[in-house]
Amino acid sequence: MNQDSSRFRAPSIPKSAMPLTLAALLISSLTTLFAWWVVWQLALALAGVTEEQTALALEKNLYWSEMLPRVSSLPWFAFLGLGVMVLIPLALFVPTIQAYGFAARAKQALTQEDLIEARVATANSSNAAWYAIGYAIFAVLLFGTVWFMIARDVAVGNTFFKLDLMLEKAGLVGNAFLTNVFIFMVAQVFILIWGLVVALARMVPGAAGQPIRLLATLYTDAFRGLPSVITIYLIGFGLPLTGFPILGDLPPVWYAIFALTLTYGAYVAEVYRAGIESIHPSQMMAARSLGLNFFQTMRFVIVPQAIRRIIPPLLNDFIGLQKDTALVNVIGTIDAFNQARILASNNFNLSTVTIVAILFVLITIPQARLVDRLLEQDAAKTRGAK
Amino acid sequence: MSFLEMRNVTKLYGAVPVLRGLNLSVEEHQVVCLIGPSGCGKSTLLRCINGLEPISGGEILILGDRVSGAGVDVNRLRRDVGIVFQSFNLFPHMTVLENICLAPRQVLGLSKAEAEARAAELLERVKLGAKHKAYPDQLSGGQQQRVAIARALAMQPMLMLLDEITSALDPELVAEVLDLVRDLAAEGMTMLLATHEMGFAKEVSSKVCFLFEGVVHEEGSPQQIFGAPTKERTQGFLKSIIEAGRL
Repeated sequence: MNQDSSRFRAPSIPKSAMPLTLAALLISSLTTLFAWWVVWQLALALAGVTEEQTALALEKNLYWSEMLPRVSSLPWFAFLGLGVMVLIPLALFVPTIQAYGFAARAKQALTQEDLIEARVATANSSNAAWYAIGYAIFAVLLFGTVWFMIARDVAVGNTFFKLDLMLEKAGLVGNAFLTNVFIFMVAQVFILIWGLVVALARMVPGAAGQPIRLLATLYTDAFRGLPSVITIYLIGFGLPLTGFPILGDLPPVWYAIFALTLTYGAYVAEVYRAGIESIHPSQMMAARSLGLNFFQTMRFVIVPQAIRRIIPPLLNDFIGLQKDTALVNVIGTIDAFNQARILASNNFNLSTVTIVAILFVLITIPQARLVDRLLEQDAAKTRGAK
Repeated sequence: MSFLEMRNVTKLYGAVPVLRGLNLSVEEHQVVCLIGPSGCGKSTLLRCINGLEPISGGEILILGDRVSGAGVDVNRLRRDVGIVFQSFNLFPHMTVLENICLAPRQVLGLSKAEAEARAAELLERVKLGAKHKAYPDQLSGGQQQRVAIARALAMQPMLMLLDEITSALDPELVAEVLDLVRDLAAEGMTMLLATHEMGFAKEVSSKVCFLFEGVVHEEGSPQQIFGAPTKERTQGFLKSIIEAGRL
């Protein structure tokens, strides 16, 4: 074989993987100790041991003899849960030990001058070590959160997550949440249509279209700038005062829908416009060259393509809208947040508001996944194999 | 009376003149090739004819009827004047069949069945009968361009404008598209095409126009233009083409 000396003059010898592996081992061990300490604190909290009692027991040097019986009196399912929590951090040692194994193999390969094997083993070792360190950080944050919940005699847990209160009031808050769902479902339909109308109005071609373009621009400028809470307030309290027939005596929910449609219609119009403008002008040219007029071109060629592109930003705006339904409490509509606030002040506890928070987060997750799926399916359809 | 007549047509982009008093006539069943260096106005000229670009001066007549300027129903005009672009411009969200059927259904008011029958016939003709359910991105460039031609033909135009339709194709795909144009020419379709395929222009055209600085600098039969050009610019252009091995 022709030995090209310049190529093989300086083969890269992998750095030893041992230090990183040892760091991973150290971090995993410390994490495990911390986690176990948190589990013990949790066991004490579950057994109803207060910080004061703990301090007293320590003073009398009777910590273990007083605490162990109290913890051992916990029911079996508590032990099961705590037991699982004890085992969780141990999972960190699986990649850590793997990292050690690879590091050892790399060392051995180096002594046998098997460079390639050494490189592969080193890479595997550092991968496994970083994996362990990454999950160790995750575990520290997780157990840190648990500790935060139970610290100061479960102050945080009781303020935000008082389970018995949450279970008792979940039905009431959940029911009120249907009002939010109704508002955003109806508003979303209106917004989809209204936003498109405004977007198209902003793009009407020709000199004769100028007043329409101007009107649409003024509208988007005004309602995008107005805070939605002010729009809701003005419309929800203002329109009934005007005494207009029909418009003056709608149920408050419909004022909220109207106000949110006006606000988010302006946002969504801009999203539509960005989407429409992102379609290459050659598409417009091709459609017009076939004799389709402006609106036919928009309807069949431009908007269908634009919508595929704007679905992710559209979802953004819709999630914003869904969250803004919580603002309707300013006009006295009993939505989930308003209901939860009433319950919170009656019970001097914020746990019912936590329910609302959880509900809002929960509804957005399936929407995000649905959008991901829709986009994947469409891509697979139009760009599938030849 | 010529089929298509362009009289003293000018076109400005802002202050930049692209066409400067251009005169051109096309008779029915003629195939007229526009050749010339990049930026000489070939594409602009084609786009002015079907109103995709408004002209700045002069007039364009089809069968004696003025089709430029204010008051012209461009949508009506475009039914009769088909155009095929260099970059195909198929609608990517529609299948091949939907691409072809859209305009006949929406503009001519054909029923779904009528439009699909017409499209199926055209797809057979461009040898893509099996691809009617495919999406444009699933086709090769040559196949996409043949669909684009079928899409234009579905409107049954009187005049076809072809704007460098093989320039975006890989060399081995050029022939399949040119074969199709050759068939159309043989059937008597009136065509005006901008092209860099000099061999093809020589073979298929009834008249060749050399565009230079926004006017028809020299025109004549393909034998005359390619064999014995009289103007110096034409000679220079053809010389550079021959040196590049394209003729």
